[in-house]
Amino acid sequence: MQYHDIVIVGGGPAGLSAAVAARKAGISDILILERDNVLGGILNQCIHNGFGLHTFKEELTGPEYAARYIAQVEEEKIPYRLNTIVADITHDRRVTYINREEGLVTIQAGAVILAMGCRERPRGALNTPGYRPAGIYSAGTAQRLMNIEGYLVGKEAVILGSGDIGLIMARRMTLEGAKVKVVAEIMPYSGGLKRNIVQCLDDYGIPLKLSHTVVDIHGKDRLTGVTIAEVDENKDPIPGTEEYYSCDTLLLSVGLIPENELSKGAGISLNRVTSGPNVNDRLETEAEGIYACGNVLHVHDLVDFVSQEAALAGENAAEYVKRKTARMEEKSAAEDGARKIPLIAADGVRYTVPQFLETDGMRDSVTVRFRVADVYKDRYISVYYDDQLISRKKKKVLAPGEMEQVVLTKKSLAEYPRTERITIRTEVE
Amino acid sequence: MEVKELICINCPMGCPLTVTIDGESLSVTGNTCPRGEDYAKKEVLSPTRIVTSSVRVSGGSIARVSVKTKTDIPKGKIFDVMKEIRAAHVDAPVQMGDVVIADCAGTGVDVIATKSVGHA
Repeated sequence: MQYHDIVIVGGGPAGLSAAVAARKAGISDILILERDNVLGGILNQCIHNGFGLHTFKEELTGPEYAARYIAQVEEEKIPYRLNTIVADITHDRRVTYINREEGLVTIQAGAVILAMGCRERPRGALNTPGYRPAGIYSAGTAQRLMNIEGYLVGKEAVILGSGDIGLIMARRMTLEGAKVKVVAEIMPYSGGLKRNIVQCLDDYGIPLKLSHTVVDIHGKDRLTGVTIAEVDENKDPIPGTEEYYSCDTLLLSVGLIPENELSKGAGISLNRVTSGPNVNDRLETEAEGIYACGNVLHVHDLVDFVSQEAALAGENAAEYVKRKTARMEEKSAAEDGARKIPLIAADGVRYTVPQFLETDGMRDSVTVRFRVADVYKDRYISVYYDDQLISRKKKKVLAPGEMEQVVLTKKSLAEYPRTERITIRTEVE
Repeated sequence: MEVKELICINCPMGCPLTVTIDGESLSVTGNTCPRGEDYAKKEVLSPTRIVTSSVRVSGGSIARVSVKTKTDIPKGKIFDVMKEIRAAHVDAPVQMGDVVIADCAGTGVDVIATKSVGHA
């Protein structure tokens, strides 16, 4: 069986960044497996600007951001296979893939990096009544059709859900001459970044109706209209608030789900909230030597953070491979005494990534990313080691649509060596 | 004295900005980088945007090449720029950074390709 030190599943922003970082950490034998016919993943269709200010200190479009990483992969001569779909990953890191040239191939990996990204929640996941007329798309599908394949998906659109892709598509369709009548959001707040609301809706006078949802879909062959109604605090439509909008297109921007079929197949436990693998501070899943990063781990808002996270996964996978090689040669002592400290999300914090810390091999600082459960104003984000408050930071606004982070340091944890759990919570005072 | 609340759109941080206009002088608070201050002043005095879109490609591996205005253009010119972008057409191959429309809609700003598209 063929062997590679590191096999990376997915050649999008996470996979590319992980590959470059692993190479810079000294691993020469890396293989990227990508199912599309180009590298770059979803960035290829995200033609809007706003990418890369953190990473490159300039504002790029999605394809330009991807090109920076693809150039590094090419420069480093990191091998990749396109049009290649991974069919299976085992707990002990055997990766089976399929493509036209090689057929079905199983390889053994020293370490695996999961970087498969996420997919859109489909119409079927919503309880929308009506027929199944043409003209109902997930926002990302419409984005691909418009930006890569060159089809204007409709002329009069309503958008359900105020996720970022929906907001971006509202502007995109408007610029291409379509009329976007309204964006309806069932929650009392938007799920998208504030700047997208400003730049994509306010700029073009597109109304955003919060606490509203689509209650009826009209049309049999092609969509002819939708009925939108206000919802109460239980998200039940309020009778008498129905409003009809004629339209030929309905875009759904109702959430993204990490794509973890392969992770499940490898017997990796998934987190109930993130739908991604549970990982330690090295982004290693519960399967030894299998790492996860990017949107397959948890859905991000900003690609810059995907790149950062993936670089960390790449470095850690490289370290793992090197350590394993060294151990085989020296038969040195195993990592006894490694302590596993769970990270608890509480009081308005929905989840944390990583989900646990291992003190052995912990880096000097660990970035913990999380999302809050609701829109909060003037709250603290607090870190507790057991019942001891360690740090708190006041935030003017916290919103579920914007990922937050805190940094834990090895130094501060060393001062509390008996810590059994770390809690991250929001606090009013 | 007039106070305007804005959200900075320069980067994905989306800082909440407060612009205080007192006669001739503007003061900005809430920004976390110098770009925020520049943006707030500009947004109040002469708002601009980078426009991104795509242009039809003949003979390419994909049907559209993504494009952007090389720098920001006046907000009021967005639809003039889009009119030229929608009418434009290029032949493959296109290199990232190629000028697709020079001096678009009299803005003095070029529209450039943001990806490379090879032959089909």
